[in-house]
Amino acid sequence: MALSAEESGRLAALLSGQAERVTHRWTETVAGSLRGRLSQAELRRQVQDLHQAIVDTGQQGAIDLSADTAAELRATLSELSRGRARQGFSATETAISIFALKDVLVELVQEAGGDNALRDYVAFSGLVDEMGLFTFESFVRTRESLIADQAEQLLELSTPVVKLWEGVVAVPLVGTLDSARAQVVMERLLQTLVDTSSPYAIIDITGVPAVDTQVAQHILKTVVAARLMGADCIISGIRPQIAQTIVALGIEFGDIATKASLADALRHVLRLTGVESTRRQPRRDA
Amino acid sequence: MERVPILKIGDILLVSIQLDMSDQTAVALQEDLAERIVVTGCHGVIIDITALDIVDSFVGRMLSTIASISKVLDAETVVVGMRPAVAITLVELGLSLNGIRTALNVERGMELIAAARADELEYQLDDDPDAETATP
Repeated sequence: MALSAEESGRLAALLSGQAERVTHRWTETVAGSLRGRLSQAELRRQVQDLHQAIVDTGQQGAIDLSADTAAELRATLSELSRGRARQGFSATETAISIFALKDVLVELVQEAGGDNALRDYVAFSGLVDEMGLFTFESFVRTRESLIADQAEQLLELSTPVVKLWEGVVAVPLVGTLDSARAQVVMERLLQTLVDTSSPYAIIDITGVPAVDTQVAQHILKTVVAARLMGADCIISGIRPQIAQTIVALGIEFGDIATKASLADALRHVLRLTGVESTRRQPRRDA
Repeated sequence: MERVPILKIGDILLVSIQLDMSDQTAVALQEDLAERIVVTGCHGVIIDITALDIVDSFVGRMLSTIASISKVLDAETVVVGMRPAVAITLVELGLSLNGIRTALNVERGMELIAAARADELEYQLDDDPDAETATP
């Protein structure tokens, strides 16, 4: 959909001829759709940059968005869409910033008249469409990279393994447990067991909003892996609704100890390790 | 052929596997271990697999066999030092080391055997009527 050198020249002439009016009209159209969420001055600067980039590219010869000569234009377009994506504008609002140029062009072409006015307008319009699609694509790319970054940060943030007592570690799980997170939790827990040589681990699921068969499967796998390594796991923090769900789904925890609260689990572990029995002893004597 | 060394520490035999097990090494280890248990009269066997990167069904079966042999000879077997990656792989494969006790490291393994042994001795003492009357 590249413009020929002739068409590009005409477009550049058309746009640069009445630069002030073009940018003003363009800014006005875009501002209407954005409903004042971006300052007029900021918008005007963006539109002027874009206008300048198109004119510059047009004066160099044929405008082809995928060619090397249009690098400047591409950079301007992706900068615009990156900015919009980060500021939280929708895809439509971003694309309209480009498509608004069509409204301006139709006026200009009409005024200029001439034999090939219609053909010119169709060609220009094709270019604008292409620019719009390009903007849309970089908008989506920016959004995707944002989401990926956030997911990674979430994964790092949300899986601490804490030491509760000599030989007892705990993993307070918060948030939905999917396969990727379960894997990270499992690896980190097992590694901590080795590093601290703790024979007991408490998996606290107070912060897990829902337990389905998949989540249960992940937890069970972690427990079995810990057992293979010679450590015992206790599951704690099971809320009433979750207990009902677990029974309704027919999930079997087998001989894995489950406790209602973290405190109960810790007491259970301490009893197993014999910490509490030594405290009781003197009381009985007295 | 390479052989796995068997070390005696007090009442425990320590086997540290540091090479890839083949059929021959596995059979040789089983024979050597059975022989040593009988000769030394030890009541505990610790198999250290810290150095093993891969534990497949073959190694799993070998460990199970060793545990069963030791059990017959009245020795408790504990597998120690399994790496997290190995444990995860075993779970993903659905393999379980049936009838094998595990501990995080050699130290814990020795504690485990000592505890099991102490329980056993306690039962024996409890059964003895003389021991009961002797204590006030």
